[in-house]
Amino acid sequence: MIIHHPILGPRDAQEFVYLGDASLIGRPDGLTASIEDFHNYTYLRDNPAGAHRELWYHEQGDRSWLVVTRNTLTHEILQVELARDVARAEGRSK
Amino acid sequence: MSQSNRISGGLIDRSRTLRFHFDGLPYLGHPGDTLASALLANGVRLMGRSFKYHRPRGPISAGSEEPNALVELRSGARQEPNTRATVAELFDGLTAQSQTRWPSLKFDALAINDRFNSFLTAGFYYKTFMWPASFWEKVYEPIIRRAAGLGSLTKLEDPDSYDKGFLHCDILIIGAGPAGLSAALTAGRSGARVILADEDFRMGGRLNAETFELGDQAGFVWADAAVAELSSLPNVRLMTRTTVVGAFDHGIYGAVERVSDHLIEPAPGKPRQTFWRIYSQRAILTGGATERPIAFENNDRPGIMLAGSLRAYANRWGVAVGERTAIFTNNDDGLRTARDLQAKGVDVVAVIDSRDGGELLPGIRHLRGAEVIDSAGRLGLSSITVRHANGKTEVIKATALGVSGGWNPNVNITSHHRSRPIWRDDIAAFVPGSGEIANLSVAGAAAGTLSTHGALVTGDEVARTALASLGLTATAANLPKAEDAPVRITPMWYVKGSNRAWIDPQNDVTVKDIKLAHQENFTSVEHLKRYTTLGMATDQGKTSNVLGLAVMAGLTGKSIPDTGTTVYRPPYTPVALGALGGRGRGQEFKPFRLTPSHKWAQEQGAVFVEVGYWLRTQWLPKAGETTWRQSVDREVLATRKSVGICDVTTLGKIDIQGTDAGAFLDKVYANTFSTLAVGKCRYGLMLREDGMVFDDGTTARMGQNEYVTTTTTANAVTVFRHLEFCRQVLWPDMDVQLISTTEAWAQFSVAGPNARKLLQKVVDQDISDAAFPYMGAGNITVGGLRARLFRISFSGELAYEIAVPTRYGDAMIRKLMEAGAEFDAVVYGTEALGVMRIEKGHVAGNELNGTSTALNMGLGKMVSRKKDSIGMVLSQREGMTRDDGLRLVGVKPVNPAAELKAGSHFLKTGVAAKAENDDGWLTSLVYSPHLGHYIALGYLKDGSNRIGEKMRAVNLLAGTDTEIEIVSPHFIDPEGERLRA
Repeated sequence: MIIHHPILGPRDAQEFVYLGDASLIGRPDGLTASIEDFHNYTYLRDNPAGAHRELWYHEQGDRSWLVVTRNTLTHEILQVELARDVARAEGRSK
Repeated sequence: MSQSNRISGGLIDRSRTLRFHFDGLPYLGHPGDTLASALLANGVRLMGRSFKYHRPRGPISAGSEEPNALVELRSGARQEPNTRATVAELFDGLTAQSQTRWPSLKFDALAINDRFNSFLTAGFYYKTFMWPASFWEKVYEPIIRRAAGLGSLTKLEDPDSYDKGFLHCDILIIGAGPAGLSAALTAGRSGARVILADEDFRMGGRLNAETFELGDQAGFVWADAAVAELSSLPNVRLMTRTTVVGAFDHGIYGAVERVSDHLIEPAPGKPRQTFWRIYSQRAILTGGATERPIAFENNDRPGIMLAGSLRAYANRWGVAVGERTAIFTNNDDGLRTARDLQAKGVDVVAVIDSRDGGELLPGIRHLRGAEVIDSAGRLGLSSITVRHANGKTEVIKATALGVSGGWNPNVNITSHHRSRPIWRDDIAAFVPGSGEIANLSVAGAAAGTLSTHGALVTGDEVARTALASLGLTATAANLPKAEDAPVRITPMWYVKGSNRAWIDPQNDVTVKDIKLAHQENFTSVEHLKRYTTLGMATDQGKTSNVLGLAVMAGLTGKSIPDTGTTVYRPPYTPVALGALGGRGRGQEFKPFRLTPSHKWAQEQGAVFVEVGYWLRTQWLPKAGETTWRQSVDREVLATRKSVGICDVTTLGKIDIQGTDAGAFLDKVYANTFSTLAVGKCRYGLMLREDGMVFDDGTTARMGQNEYVTTTTTANAVTVFRHLEFCRQVLWPDMDVQLISTTEAWAQFSVAGPNARKLLQKVVDQDISDAAFPYMGAGNITVGGLRARLFRISFSGELAYEIAVPTRYGDAMIRKLMEAGAEFDAVVYGTEALGVMRIEKGHVAGNELNGTSTALNMGLGKMVSRKKDSIGMVLSQREGMTRDDGLRLVGVKPVNPAAELKAGSHFLKTGVAAKAENDDGWLTSLVYSPHLGHYIALGYLKDGSNRIGEKMRAVNLLAGTDTEIEIVSPHFIDPEGERLRA
């Protein structure tokens, strides 16, 4: 696979490490959230046949975490964003 | 032996003669021959035995689809089993042996299987070797393995090397027949970067095997001219002997180039094969078509082959397979073979044409509405039995029979992303399904366009479309006139009434097996394949799959499209594992990382151990020491008595800087770091979000906004990855920067009562207890050079870790040893390190096993609940906070002389050694030279309340059951007085 890195352009997927569902961005706050909230965050994932937002890490590159939107049926990559930008857009800060 | 079956013509170089051996006998051939063509030229039709019935077999094809003519090529360490003689390029000195036969090819003892064929049908193994179950592993499987299987391995190390390579192009063209050459000319002339790959050693595809003309030239002459033009273009890369084996994602194709397989051995410095990864913007499949047989009784004798292959042997290689040749066909292409052979002077004794009516070939005995119903000949064909249209049968003497059941487009690569081919009635064949592989288009015979004219035109067309999509302009094509014969076929799959009519000769699947599968209701194509093993051999059913499912369609009364087809997977043809491995072999598969003291340790005769990629000193034997324990015990005792030095560079080191560095550490560690004073260290416990312990290590605060974190050797990479995730994704606005400095600093532990005295000789600053107290950290200098000092201890002794830039690591170990001479300083390895940490009760990898919590380790209080940190919430789950859960304990044998065994489980006295009585297990075990007996750490249920209890350590595998006492895990200096000395 080829991942079009927003900064570095097309890069071979071998340079990356896969983590999983981009829902991992939405970590609850540990001081206010319940064990159940954290259980859902840690263990529950959708398993879509189609577009899937997922986290990839450019370990053999610039160490950027990316959100890659990939069609799980065709492996077509629909969008690649810096995970930091996505996280900020989702309201994460400090 | 003379080349008795060699006739005139062909694309071989008769000016040179090549000598080769098959089964020990010498033969002659010419450059341009394959092993199969050269053997056939020498009158050798018998080349192997079949897999199950051990029937005599010869080649049925002249290409990579070959199921029968598999040989062991070369000898000694280079011997390669299951090589298709039809694609093995002849070279001087080639040796080959037949396989799947014993003791010889002409007399094979296991041919007795053929007599028992009524037992060895589909499902035979499933049905026969069911009972008793215990017999499978010891009795049945070894017998089956000896009897079955293909060629043998030498079990010698492969002396050749393999490479991996990477290529980029605008357009990859797969197959260099008329369609591929046409596409390559159009694309190449436009200036596009083109790769044209073909599995053959000569480009041209079927043009090399046919007699028809392109324009006013012979087909192969046109092909040669096209190749000459393409090789003059700097933007075109021609790759012969290169098979594109798979379509992967985003325009990436895998290809194997057989760089040296046509040589007796690779030239110096050259690999045997190269596995290419080709990155393409567009790809064009022009892989041609493969002929399929018609099944009839005993259709597997040597001498019976595909008609188009018979034609190829005559036209390309100047070989008449038999002096009396017959043709059996259901389509016009079979007639082409008859005409070509007759023109070559071969005696064509009959053309058996299953179609009724129609034109007759002039000057040839052309039997319409007839069928071949049987064959005879012990080790090769001698006659066929023909049933005429009027029902009468006739035996016709023939030593070669060409069979044509029509042509299957080579759709294989188009199926690699699961697309199923679609059926076309007009050509009675499957053609590629549409558009499943992005940016791949198909032209020529592979797309079902089976005429030469059609190949040239469609090759040009798809190249134009590809160029336009890349924004390139094609010049006008200059296509020669070529034959444009229509496909005239009346499908006929097998001769009715036949049973032992081979469909898949490589796996010995016959019409009878398919009938049996049908009878037992294995009628879906996927079941049919797995029940009969149809198409599951090394040829992946290239000649047999469509035939097999057509037979099943006939039995079920369904149409072929309704019956469906299985899809093809990569690789297109078998790939040597060596090619997939490339250079990553032996030590090059896993390179060593060397510590800064490696050279010094090597000089001292150290014994090394692999720790991940690292090589670390395991122990350092002194003269007279004969066992590892002697060395390790000495290193431990010397360290505890005076001073020992250990290279700890392998531990991960991460510099963490920024105004939020402390807050960041509070998030990622269970305990708190923002409150740590500048110039101090603290032990940290890092959890995973599920509450289990991820890693541990010390972190030092070097400045207000500057920390240095250490990780375990094993987790250096994953902790850094995790911290980047936390920094970029979870808390993107924190002002914090990370950099891994693992390899930037050479770090040494200096431990023991004399550690300070030794180090004080080396460093420039005062490091007295007052100036540099326990858990102190700071930037110092060594002879004016920058260095870092941490007063931390893993051994339990007064200890420091000193770090210098890596390039000074070698000088540093030498300086430390020189300064330590007066204290009898030793270097200790990982074994002594392990002994001392267990004596001290520190956890390491055995305890940090991914399923342990802080509470299990007795470190529950370290998890701060006043702040949010990774894993804090889930570590509070009910099941993980039980009061009677597993706790880290120390263990010692009641009898100090008793030996403990690793892997032991803890049981109360008097209970049976069963899982339900299991109270925990031993995690780390050493002999403590300091205490003079074995000691261990382990996890015990409710362990912190059971100190002093007498139990048993039971290891059923070792057969030991030892009385133990549960003790504190801190065997040495539980109050920590030595650390603070």
